[in-house]
Amino acid sequence: MNKFLVKNIFDTKNLEMLPTRDGYGKGLLKAGEKDERVVVLCADLAESTRSHWFKEKYPERFIEVGVAEQNMATIAAGLANYGKIPFISSYAAFSPGRNNEQIRTTISLNNLPVKIAGAHAGVSVGPDGATHQALEDIALMRVQPNMVVISPCDAIEAEKATYAAAFNDKPTYLRFAREKTPVFTTEKMPFEIGKAIVLREGKDVTIIACGPLVYEALLATETLAKEGIEAEVINNHTIKPLDKKTILASVKKTGCVVTVEEHQIMGGMGSAVAEVLAQNLPTPIEFIGMKDSFGQSGTPDELLNFFEMTHPHIVKAANKVVKRK
Amino acid sequence: MVMEIHEDKIKKLEEMANTLRVDLIEMLLKAGSGHTAGPLGMADIFTAFYFHLLSQKPKDPFWEDRDRLILSNGHICPIRYVAMAHAGYFPVKELDTLRKFGTRLQGHPEREKLPGVETTSGPLGSGLGQAAGIAYGAKMDNKKFRVYCLMSDGEQDAGNIWESAMFAGKNKLHNLTAVMDRNNIQITGMTEDIMPLESLRAKYEAFNWHVIEVNGNNIAEFINAVEEAKAIFEKPTIIIAHTIPGKGVPEIEFDYNWHGKAPNKEEAKRFLHELRTMGGKITSEHQ
Repeated sequence: MNKFLVKNIFDTKNLEMLPTRDGYGKGLLKAGEKDERVVVLCADLAESTRSHWFKEKYPERFIEVGVAEQNMATIAAGLANYGKIPFISSYAAFSPGRNNEQIRTTISLNNLPVKIAGAHAGVSVGPDGATHQALEDIALMRVQPNMVVISPCDAIEAEKATYAAAFNDKPTYLRFAREKTPVFTTEKMPFEIGKAIVLREGKDVTIIACGPLVYEALLATETLAKEGIEAEVINNHTIKPLDKKTILASVKKTGCVVTVEEHQIMGGMGSAVAEVLAQNLPTPIEFIGMKDSFGQSGTPDELLNFFEMTHPHIVKAANKVVKRK
Repeated sequence: MVMEIHEDKIKKLEEMANTLRVDLIEMLLKAGSGHTAGPLGMADIFTAFYFHLLSQKPKDPFWEDRDRLILSNGHICPIRYVAMAHAGYFPVKELDTLRKFGTRLQGHPEREKLPGVETTSGPLGSGLGQAAGIAYGAKMDNKKFRVYCLMSDGEQDAGNIWESAMFAGKNKLHNLTAVMDRNNIQITGMTEDIMPLESLRAKYEAFNWHVIEVNGNNIAEFINAVEEAKAIFEKPTIIIAHTIPGKGVPEIEFDYNWHGKAPNKEEAKRFLHELRTMGGKITSEHQ
């Protein structure tokens, strides 16, 4: 196991739980303190996106645009064009959902360093239902040239990702979740955009995950080990640019892959991995993710279980893919 | 408030507007596609900006204190390109490359391709927000430059415009002046048939904007309106510039069929003849 993971990582009852959006809020504070060019925009969701912490500390650098995500993208493009480092905060279903064309033309094609924070991504949003459960945002963002796409695995990584994004000088999409999820990495874990992290070494199968489901992938390794399958787990926080080197090195060793994400399988992180492997190292892959359906209301646990995205499903997928080698 | 501009200066600007129109027709002919009516109608306003109003350094297009001229309706970019070339941003000869492979003069303007083009545009409705964003940032830092946003009337159909108008009104962006090309046509017909826009004055006033209406083909009148806007400190200003689409070529004036096409060889010959025989009498004297 990676030495920068928490010691009691499988002590599920006592692990600290925080939503990754909290990491966004803290990252904004850090970035805002470091650089006065950082400004934060919000579309009437300051508290839910945790951008209200920035609003309280730096009211003169917080810009409320109302329920107008399209305008938020264009205003931010203007601010970045002038020389600011704008973060735009909303739910992923609306930003980059509703304002996709504005992001394409005024941010990606203009190549301006606007940071798009999509909170409430995935089915784990829960009771709000399908309208608010963004499951296509990674796909929408990763097909835009110039755009960097990051999906952090816990609140600590989310804070590092937010801070790093402030200073990468690129259009960047950051994906966050609503619900509290295990905090299993530590402050000491290095974070570099575009550099995937091997969390557990193994020789039989590579599990490539992003977002809070990275923890489910780690849980799956416990069961797999008992079954005699040693799984390697990669925290693939940066979906674009993809860390081909780390992925290929691992897959060369294991010869099969399971990808895990709380997103549509089509066009998501798993697809990005499949593109690289198909071209460089054709490998059997199983995909954990949404199978071309919308979510629905329910508790996060109910939904993740119903849509087959928890550790028992990862174990099943790993067993299946190992046999396909 | 109204600044008098010397008659000779206006005459020179009118001659420049005519030069831009002539070069526009020639470049559209060479390109074989592009928009004709809007650019002709806006030739006077682009002349006023590039040859009188803008604080600019054509040889230093990223000069940080320059006025920003945002073009929201990117499809009329040929007239911007012609004006920029004559203002010294790039060689006039380069106008021949419009819409050709490898050109900096893309069919719709791109910020990354041509220095001096402040924003990439084409998809309608997103210029005002970007202009408002620049104006907001500049206001935060007490910058003195002005932000101008040129828009079409047809793109007022787009919701994003009104979101941006609300934002600019809320934040009293007095350093922002929008200019609407009120030529009454859009690609498939007359604006009031496709989606009625009036009363545009009442709408913008309701959004906390100062509204000025002018004849957008009268350079002196337009310059005075821009000067008036500089003196308004509590609100953003919009100049509703009533223009004649196709202005300068009587046979296509007011014809929406000329919104989105370029002239062929025969047409270009006639258009150029019309423009050259009127030599400089495009605005006040010609009406």
